[in-house]
Amino acid sequence: MSINATLIGQMITFALLVWFTMKYIWPPLFDSLEERRKKIAEGLAQAEKGQEEMRLAEKKAKGVLKEAKEQSSEIVSLAQKRANELVEESKDAAKKEGDRMILVAQAQIEQEMQKAREDLRQEVARLAMTAAEQILGAEIDQAKHQEIISKVSNQL
Amino acid sequence: MATEAHAAEGATGYIIHHLTPLHVGEGFWTLHLDTLFFSAVLGGLFIWFFKRAAEKATSEVPGLVQAFAEMLIEFVDTQVKDSFHGHSKLIAPLALTIFCWVFLWNFMDLFPVDILPLIGSMMGIEYLRVVPSTDLNATFAMSISVFFLIIFYSIKIKGAWGFAKELMFQPFGPWLLPFNLLLKLVEEIAKPISLALRLFGNLYAGELIFILIALLPWTIQPFLSFPWAIFHILIITLQAFIFMVLTIVYLSMAHEDH
Repeated sequence: MSINATLIGQMITFALLVWFTMKYIWPPLFDSLEERRKKIAEGLAQAEKGQEEMRLAEKKAKGVLKEAKEQSSEIVSLAQKRANELVEESKDAAKKEGDRMILVAQAQIEQEMQKAREDLRQEVARLAMTAAEQILGAEIDQAKHQEIISKVSNQL
Repeated sequence: MATEAHAAEGATGYIIHHLTPLHVGEGFWTLHLDTLFFSAVLGGLFIWFFKRAAEKATSEVPGLVQAFAEMLIEFVDTQVKDSFHGHSKLIAPLALTIFCWVFLWNFMDLFPVDILPLIGSMMGIEYLRVVPSTDLNATFAMSISVFFLIIFYSIKIKGAWGFAKELMFQPFGPWLLPFNLLLKLVEEIAKPISLALRLFGNLYAGELIFILIALLPWTIQPFLSFPWAIFHILIITLQAFIFMVLTIVYLSMAHEDH
């Protein structure tokens, strides 16, 4: 067990190994590690950013939703108001129409009554004439009697 | 008596055989071929695996190889960032290399003690010691390299004079200069020695226990080597981790200007 030239040989091997590691092994592996670390950090930052953006978007969406709700309720209330108005209007119109129709009907009834009365009067007059003709059984002056009859029918 | 002596001889011989490295050369110029070979192969394994991961490195979803490599990179990087507060292109790759290489060295300890030497002997290799961290040369090579880096960075950051001042005037002020110098030198030199001996001692002892277990009857062996191997998984990782962390700490101390 002695120290000898093996020592020198081992030192040369060691120096070569260290040199090779320093030159060709450590840098690429370490760089790839660093690069991956950077990538991961970037990814995390991006995720954070994305989340922040999502939060903002959510907030915005909520605002928009709220606005839309307000608008819709406004529209609904407006529509309701309009509907009420329409109902009122149509009620009014219907009432007016009804009144008018009643008036028309009354007028018609009046007219009909008038006409019926006229007819009746003429019928009565004619009946009276016939009756009188038969009762009298004599010749009658058509013109003179016509005058009398119209006088009577006017009184009816 | 004779057979007992022979048995003892056999056991001792077995242990010595296992702890003798495959070597060529004489004196200082001896080379431990097994240490050099296995540490180079394991270093190649480390490089091959990480190179594969590095070539396919992508910042998209990583593959299995890349994920594993990145796990180690992150682990080392965390350790470095925890104790080192400067900018250095060297320290993190250095720490990664140390951790993986030492771990792979130590991992060789988990192979059954006889299997690789047996294969070796089939190929005509007489001695084979497969765990590089049971060779002082391997551990010292690493710790002395770290020591050079400590000196280099101390001078680079503090300047030659600044480093010398730190050696001479701390911790007790200029009036105790020789004492300071002695203390500081011991402190500095203790760093590589403790680094190397800690790793060597742990693994050498662990290997020795595996060898001793291998000497017992085969009926008992599994009940001892199995728990020891499990315990050893902890030790080999821990030793690799300690070597790495202490390297980082020593180098960050070298970077600090008082």
